[in-house]
Amino acid sequence: MGNSVCVIAEFRGGNFRRVSSEVASEGRRIADVLGGSLCAVAVGSGISGKAADLGAYGVDKVYVADDPSLEHYVAETYVPVIAEIVKKCDPAVVILPASVDGKDLGARLAARLDAALAQDCIQISCEGGAITAKRPIFAGKTLAWCQWENNSLPIISCRPNVMDCLVPMADRKAEVEKVEVALPTPRTRVTGFELDTSGKVELTEAGVIVSGGRGMKGAENFAMLEELARTLGGAVGATRSAVDAGWRPHSDQVGQTGKVVNPNLYIAAGISGAIQHLAGMGSSKFVVAVNKDPEAPIFSKADLGVVEDLFNFIPAFTEEVKKIKST
Amino acid sequence: MNIVVLLKQTPDTESVIRIAADGKSIVTDDLKWVLNPYDEYAVEVALRLKEQHGGTVSILSWGPGRVVESMRTALAMGADSGVLVDDPDMEGADSLGVAKALAAAAKQLNPDIVLCGSRAVDYDLGQRGAMVAEFLQWPHVALATSIECDGSKVTIDRPIEGGKVTLQADLPALVTFGGSHGIWNPRYASLPGIMKAKKKPLETKKLADLGLSGAECGAEAIKMRTASMEMPPQRAPGRIIEGADAAAKAKEVARELHEKAKVI
Repeated sequence: MGNSVCVIAEFRGGNFRRVSSEVASEGRRIADVLGGSLCAVAVGSGISGKAADLGAYGVDKVYVADDPSLEHYVAETYVPVIAEIVKKCDPAVVILPASVDGKDLGARLAARLDAALAQDCIQISCEGGAITAKRPIFAGKTLAWCQWENNSLPIISCRPNVMDCLVPMADRKAEVEKVEVALPTPRTRVTGFELDTSGKVELTEAGVIVSGGRGMKGAENFAMLEELARTLGGAVGATRSAVDAGWRPHSDQVGQTGKVVNPNLYIAAGISGAIQHLAGMGSSKFVVAVNKDPEAPIFSKADLGVVEDLFNFIPAFTEEVKKIKST
Repeated sequence: MNIVVLLKQTPDTESVIRIAADGKSIVTDDLKWVLNPYDEYAVEVALRLKEQHGGTVSILSWGPGRVVESMRTALAMGADSGVLVDDPDMEGADSLGVAKALAAAAKQLNPDIVLCGSRAVDYDLGQRGAMVAEFLQWPHVALATSIECDGSKVTIDRPIEGGKVTLQADLPALVTFGGSHGIWNPRYASLPGIMKAKKKPLETKKLADLGLSGAECGAEAIKMRTASMEMPPQRAPGRIIEGADAAAKAKEVARELHEKAKVI
């Protein structure tokens, strides 16, 4: 193993996603500690023009596999291509986004490289050249530090929204090396790809989340939370009971069997605070809870508590936020 | 159709998790163990595929003897048989080691399709399915929220950030399941099902039975270990907002968030 760091950048629609800047920035930090260079792997279709821009986040060199057949992530085609590039870089550590695709890619890549993956990490440390990584377990009820055996390659996926992004160095371009890919005939095909174009913010990447629980009383009342979320530029979440009641799609579920989120602001409306929900939102930076019941457990996890009927509070609060936003 | 479901036993999601005296494992004495919810969705799908195409559903798991109880739950739901890889040499194995053992055990069952949860609600390493597929040299499609299978190929919907992808793979393939309880509605075990489950075949295998050894997938083969555990930082006690009515409270909260917390 060398002393370089290898990050895997994720592209969508020809551009790299914000999580890619986050892992590049984190990779730069580790590379500087190790005294090595930072290389990146970019796989996709029509991405060659953008790859050099990863230099703005500290990447020295980008290996680009650009092919129409690589437009969408498919484990079977991405993993062999990336594994070959990683072998060529011979890095001390591989860092990738713990996005939906990144988590899947990391796992199969680890098996292929006979390496160990720490998934969804929130901190990477490099003391005396030894890499360790901190990750939530039991949906954040506990945190574990992972360490790797000597001669075993650490692969680390980083939770979105956690690692600090470097201030982009606009003029800094990465060196680009195109990689020729010999793709096997895949046994997996993408037969549909739909992006939500409504501008809805993805929960795991949202800066603000407004969540509703059983206290919302019905699907129709979530319109109120939608409006507040829109005003704040955030996303709407829900508890398991609200999802199980059919009020919200499962993709909105926050908790141990849903999504683990870490926004700057989490507003819990009509949520009592079951332990499995608290596990999913506990790492939010600032929490506001609104509940009629002053004994609700959610108040113990809130920075600000409002004992009030949410049907009165939320519309009034939305108006106040609008006033602030318009000044 | 020969269907294999990979099953893990995990602590119930309602469990309070405490760090053990060694500082790097959890206290397990008072935990209630359940079938990992995502694997339960896989069991449900396996039973539906069997209803559609015929065949058998085998449950494949690893771990100590207590796991048998969760396997019996799956058998009571309607699965046909079970294989438990239980070997002292597996103790302390990491994800890679477990995946190697599961892949070898799955191969012996000669499946057309292998199903499992996308993640386990305990350590949430989210890698078992993809790793097993790699060791089997099979395609895999992950995080399914819907599934269709005609016996020669399988099609799933996979939610991604801000959208969804539809993926199709030729069999044999491995599928992992996401979604929620509400999407899959796993069936409950009926009383006759529970009675029958007691008599269904459940075999225990050692690594040697799989042509493997502890040096390949046990504690000796570990590449990553837990160095230490810590509790998440406690949130400082919060403040209850006082105010004459909802409007006054709303004003105060907005002011706090804007001026002090600076989050809006």
